[in-house]
Amino acid sequence: MVDKVLAPSSAAEVAEALRAAAADGRAVQVRGAGTKSHWGGTSSTVDTVIETRRLRGVTAHEPGDLVATVGAGTPLHDVAGVLGLAGQRLALEAGSPTATVGGVLAAAEAGPLRLRYGTGRDLLIGVEFVRPDGVIAHSGGRVVKNVAGYDLGKLLCGSYGTLGVITSATFRLHPLPAERAWVSCPVSSVTELPDLVGRAMAPAVHPSAVEVNLTSASGTQGTLSVLVEGSAVGVPVRAEAAKQALGDRAAVGPEPRWWGQYPFLFDAIALKLAVAVGRLGTVLDALFAAAGPDVTVRGSAGTGVLHVALPGGTAPAEMEGVLRAVRAAIGGIRYGSCVVLAAPETVREAIDIWGPVPGLDLMRRVKDRFDPQHRMAAGRFVGGI
Amino acid sequence: MTTSSRTVTNLDGLAERLRGEIGADAVVTDEAARRTYECDGLTHYRAVPALVVLPGDATQVRAVVRACREHGVPWVARGAGTGLSGGALPAADGVLIVTSRMRRIVEIDLANGRAVLEPGVVNLAVSQAVGGAGWFYAPDPSSQVVCSIGGNVAENSGGAHCVKYGFTVHHVTGLEICTSDGELIWVGGGHAAEAPGYDLVGAFVGSEGTLGIATKVAVRLLRQPESVLTLLAAFRTVSDAGAATSAIIAAGLTPAAIEIMDALAIQAAERAVACDYPAGAGAVLIVELDGPAVEVAQEETTVRRLCEGSGAFEVRMAANAAERAEIWKGRKSAFAAVGRISPSYIVQDGVIPRTALADVLTQIDALAAAAGIRVANVFHAGDGNLHPLVLYDDAAPGQYEAAQRVSGQILDLCVARGGSITGEHGVGVDKAAKLPRMFSEDDLDTMQLLRCAFDPHGLANPGKVFPTPRLCGEPPRPRASGDDLLRAQASVGIEAW
Repeated sequence: MVDKVLAPSSAAEVAEALRAAAADGRAVQVRGAGTKSHWGGTSSTVDTVIETRRLRGVTAHEPGDLVATVGAGTPLHDVAGVLGLAGQRLALEAGSPTATVGGVLAAAEAGPLRLRYGTGRDLLIGVEFVRPDGVIAHSGGRVVKNVAGYDLGKLLCGSYGTLGVITSATFRLHPLPAERAWVSCPVSSVTELPDLVGRAMAPAVHPSAVEVNLTSASGTQGTLSVLVEGSAVGVPVRAEAAKQALGDRAAVGPEPRWWGQYPFLFDAIALKLAVAVGRLGTVLDALFAAAGPDVTVRGSAGTGVLHVALPGGTAPAEMEGVLRAVRAAIGGIRYGSCVVLAAPETVREAIDIWGPVPGLDLMRRVKDRFDPQHRMAAGRFVGGI
Repeated sequence: MTTSSRTVTNLDGLAERLRGEIGADAVVTDEAARRTYECDGLTHYRAVPALVVLPGDATQVRAVVRACREHGVPWVARGAGTGLSGGALPAADGVLIVTSRMRRIVEIDLANGRAVLEPGVVNLAVSQAVGGAGWFYAPDPSSQVVCSIGGNVAENSGGAHCVKYGFTVHHVTGLEICTSDGELIWVGGGHAAEAPGYDLVGAFVGSEGTLGIATKVAVRLLRQPESVLTLLAAFRTVSDAGAATSAIIAAGLTPAAIEIMDALAIQAAERAVACDYPAGAGAVLIVELDGPAVEVAQEETTVRRLCEGSGAFEVRMAANAAERAEIWKGRKSAFAAVGRISPSYIVQDGVIPRTALADVLTQIDALAAAAGIRVANVFHAGDGNLHPLVLYDDAAPGQYEAAQRVSGQILDLCVARGGSITGEHGVGVDKAAKLPRMFSEDDLDTMQLLRCAFDPHGLANPGKVFPTPRLCGEPPRPRASGDDLLRAQASVGIEAW
């Protein structure tokens, strides 16, 4: 039972809270804006919730170095506001609009720009966090290029708060582009996706993002949209190149309404697919065949990382069938994964939400070292970690 | 440096066992042959490994590591031996696992933009294998014609182009690793962009061989840019070249490479390879632009204007591969070229925030002048990664010590400015004692948690990266207990001269 909710305002206060929790053997959950509290497995017990909302603000920004340090509880949106004034950006986006930096890192969220800039683990150059035993630790630093010591920041990215509490993050930044343009074309069959992505990736286009939005309601119809960013002179030329590459039905248009947003609402069953781009057609075919008529797929076709929304009322047995079909089509751990991000309790308990996890035993050993009493978000992560 | 009789017995039995398991020709016991592996690219540290093995595939690596585990013998992995921090320095009472027979390109999968490689594959061989089809592998350390992918993974190698493309860790999507328990484990997404669970690939890349050995490496391949253009701008002073760099970054450009050489480095390069840089240059700035042709053409105009605005007295442009090679010739030969102007030199590797460049270079000059020695500067200006070459004469009494002192002071300067003691060469054995300048006791303890998860007995590359041996303590889940770590780390047998 949660009987303590704390909102520390510094790493030292987080450390104090975690030391106290450790002394009493209390189970701890970290919370940013709470946009993903329902993601992952169900934590077996939570006694103390630590909120990061007071760890807020861009604490350092050196435009000349293209580096900024940000409190973990800072909404990503606020970061964009501050950096934008200097013509810069953190090329990290989240489908949940109010999400905080710490939450985005811990849940490994990333938006369309991941094609060009990678995800949080690629942009994070230094991290401060507090271990479950209340010790404050750092890795990385404030310079983009740095190979001193282990890069623990990478380990924390996507760790769902199971290794400690991120308190502050330092990122490499990028200049805001002078101009952007979207080129979209209809997708009539998922089997043409790998080929369309290949064409969109032409060196003369050099897209920042290649996204797709598909729904099975209208017989698997959808749109592939390519984002081109660059100079005022270059972008129109490259957008034209994208049009040429994508064929007759491609057109330059405004930002699609669905751009960068999750396809699911709060009550839907949410999946994350990460598959080899060449297998996108096969995997989505299997998904649509198994999941029935009311499915939306959206995300980065260019990297093969897509989000899927299924009706919240989908029965556990049916979900099991969908996962079995999709995971079989993926073809093994070296070709991708299908993870259930969110689902009603009854469904979550009946299915394997993570699927096969490469290196799970090693992950358990990492968890055992960092959190030997398994007090941090216990049960929420892969293999019940 | 003493080798206990127990260890010798262990090793005798080990050699015999390994001959049976991986073949007699893959086990080197001859003293002279072993001595050829006594150091890597940092030749000041030497130790002859007790045993050298040349496994031919992942299963043979596993057999070696398992045998080491059972015999309680430490081991060190070595690729091409080009590392500059002593990361592949052998353990005198241990086994050196050399990956030179593991050079197969296992798979090229252009449909998914991936290649799967054995660790001994030479870096450049990857781009050569896929270049004809219009693809390339981005990380390009200066040693790329000989260095191995496995070594790149261990060191998280960068290169001149990482200012735009990132480091090895940004391009490795999956690994098959052999842990010190002798298990072969696949981690990461491989042909996919990510995998569920902790980012073990991210944790492993750059761990300098202390978490295990990579037996297969899945890497991301990229499409070759439509256009590549290289500019060389000559300035009177290094600070002018630095100002041009800042102006280029401030203009919102992300060149593929931004390199600076100072007058002494230019002089050395001229003597070594006659690179024919503009006469009278106190510094040259090399800027490489790549991407869609229309953008590159735009950027060229901007870069020219900014260089001239910062005092460039000549700007040359290379528009094809041959001309580009001509411009890069001086830069790429710089480390070795310094041998033409000095009998000996120390290659330093430190990082500062880019905005501190002019300031720090002035201070380096002052340090060198005070010590009465010369420092040639070659650096990746785009990301503030300095490579001061500290020149000295072994024959002159006290010069080596003076050079060492200046080299160390340069690192102190980097740390004081909020930078790093290494941008790409690694900590290895060379900088382990410096790591506490950047990280607290608690930070280092925390890193050790990761080490203990992967290598609880401390058999993988002991004595590297971390300044003092640390015990893992009882593994939280019952495993074979180990006092091996103490023994292993007490007997690494590092010989500095």
